[in-house]
Amino acid sequence: MKTLAFETPLQELYEKIAQLKQLSHEGDVDLSREIERIEARADTLKKTIYTDLTPAQIVQISRHPNRPDSSSLFRLILENFIELHGDRAFRDDPSIVAGVGFLKKHRVMVIGHQKGHDTKENIYRNFGMPHPEGYRKALRLMKMAEKFSMPIVTFIDTPGAFPGLGAEERGQAEAIARNLREMAGLTVPVITVVIGEGGSGGALGIGVSNKVYMMEYAVYSVISPEGCASILFHDAAKSDITSKSLKITAPDIVALGVADDVIKEPMGGAHYDWEAAAASIKKVVLKDLNAYKKITNVKKIQEERYLKFRKMGQFSE
Amino acid sequence: MSIVDWFAKKEKRRHSSKKLNIPGDLWVKCLGCTEVLFLKDLEANLKVCPRCNYHFRVSPEERLKFLFDPDSFEETNAGIGPVDFLTFTDTEAYADRIKRAQKKSGVKDAVRTGRVLLKGKSVNVAIMDFGFMGGSMGSVVGEKITRLIEAGVENKHPVIIFTASGGARMQEGILSLMQMAKTSAALNRLAEVSVPYISVVCDPTTGGTSASFAMLGDVNLTEPGTLISFAGPRVIEQTIRQKLPKGFQRAEFLLEHGMVDRVVPRNEMRQLLFDVVMLLDPHGAEI
Ligand SMILES: [Zn+2]
Repeated sequence: MKTLAFETPLQELYEKIAQLKQLSHEGDVDLSREIERIEARADTLKKTIYTDLTPAQIVQISRHPNRPDSSSLFRLILENFIELHGDRAFRDDPSIVAGVGFLKKHRVMVIGHQKGHDTKENIYRNFGMPHPEGYRKALRLMKMAEKFSMPIVTFIDTPGAFPGLGAEERGQAEAIARNLREMAGLTVPVITVVIGEGGSGGALGIGVSNKVYMMEYAVYSVISPEGCASILFHDAAKSDITSKSLKITAPDIVALGVADDVIKEPMGGAHYDWEAAAASIKKVVLKDLNAYKKITNVKKIQEERYLKFRKMGQFSE
Repeated sequence: MSIVDWFAKKEKRRHSSKKLNIPGDLWVKCLGCTEVLFLKDLEANLKVCPRCNYHFRVSPEERLKFLFDPDSFEETNAGIGPVDFLTFTDTEAYADRIKRAQKKSGVKDAVRTGRVLLKGKSVNVAIMDFGFMGGSMGSVVGEKITRLIEAGVENKHPVIIFTASGGARMQEGILSLMQMAKTSAALNRLAEVSVPYISVVCDPTTGGTSASFAMLGDVNLTEPGTLISFAGPRVIEQTIRQKLPKGFQRAEFLLEHGMVDRVVPRNEMRQLLFDVVMLLDPHGAEI
């Protein structure tokens, strides 16, 4: 497993435990007390590390290569997940995965940005940075969900929409803009969870929703801390400063009224326990689905979503 | 995002009309063909170079003067101003940046909105000001644009928005991003009541502004040479590590790729806007 710099001491303890276990296995020595002692130390250290993270460290966790991805979470949360492909106009964008399935008794449409866990996967998934056709696939399937009265669940996890030649030619700006407008009018409820990195317009393109949740170590930002630092300080390395000033962590995003609540992650972060992370998400989403099931007036659903975003912004008058 | 380019070019200001060092500021050098032009002639020609057709960037006040009926602009929500709610500081405090921009421009933020007459026809208009912090969209721009669109939902007069913006204003963090959703949601309501929305995409329009209301016109118009993009040219060059083709992300390129309806020379804009709104507007037989 890949380790972040601030996790290294912890990882060293885990390696030591593994070694001792190996030793007590091979030799006939009883090291159980020693192992217990180090395990206790590791637990304490884990708590210490993860209760006092800086925003810059949280950014690293949000991008952790072992963090659970959308597709895996869909499979953990849904029964009978069927992936659906393509925008019907240009191609299938692997940076966005989508499909249908049952969440308990609810039929749902799920859509999420898709990152990889290694270089090969990431190249195929374009590091979770969609092209316009990704947003158009998402919109096609949202409209389908509307047609069949299925609630929509979206997972946000992207550094941003891809900045490239083809993306510009095919109308990246138009694709995102259209999604924002069309999502605002959907007659079915939309529930969004920012599961990792919420990068700018590319994130928002599937995030105009009735409910928005932040995973505990997810971030949501108008620009990456590195991008912001390179513009304002001409030095991307100053991102420890901008990751603080941009207010992008889960509690910040809730405090600013952009997200409704924080979904707790397993100790140390979702990358330590995918099943536990999936279970926490499922619990929250299920509660909402049950509540929305009782609302039959679609105007109420549209109105709720409109007012949610209508209120966002701070100014003097 | 593409506000990168605005900051990078801040020192150079390649596109603003560079005044020559001649007493009285009577002459300007064309940025298209380097011809030296008499300022009065240039203004009489709607700030378009008579020699090479280069369209200079213009202020909201100039646009009002060039395109709409004289003295017909009734400004709305001029009192809405920005707040430094994140106490955001980089090399300069956001609060100080605001003060400086307001002092320089005499307005509170990067857009002016209101009701105006177009050849006698009443329309709701918003004009963005690239000169005010790169036309960046924070809470004020988002709120004023949204209110203008909501006014259109109520009064049923067509909505025309002139964009000129480097994108979201990062000093307002996540709430600047959310202005994209807020304004686009309002446009969804406008569409429901069949009020025409004309987007006039002006130089430059990039980032969060292009990825929201700028690209959502029933009809998208633009001026020759206008830079329109999601990601700025510099960001793309860094990503793909190659030079971009000539004319990439310019108005004519977007026309070719189906993103705008027409590239309209400035001296034809007034008539065309009038014709389009008259043709599309189902509510307004009366002017
Ligand atoms: Zn010229």
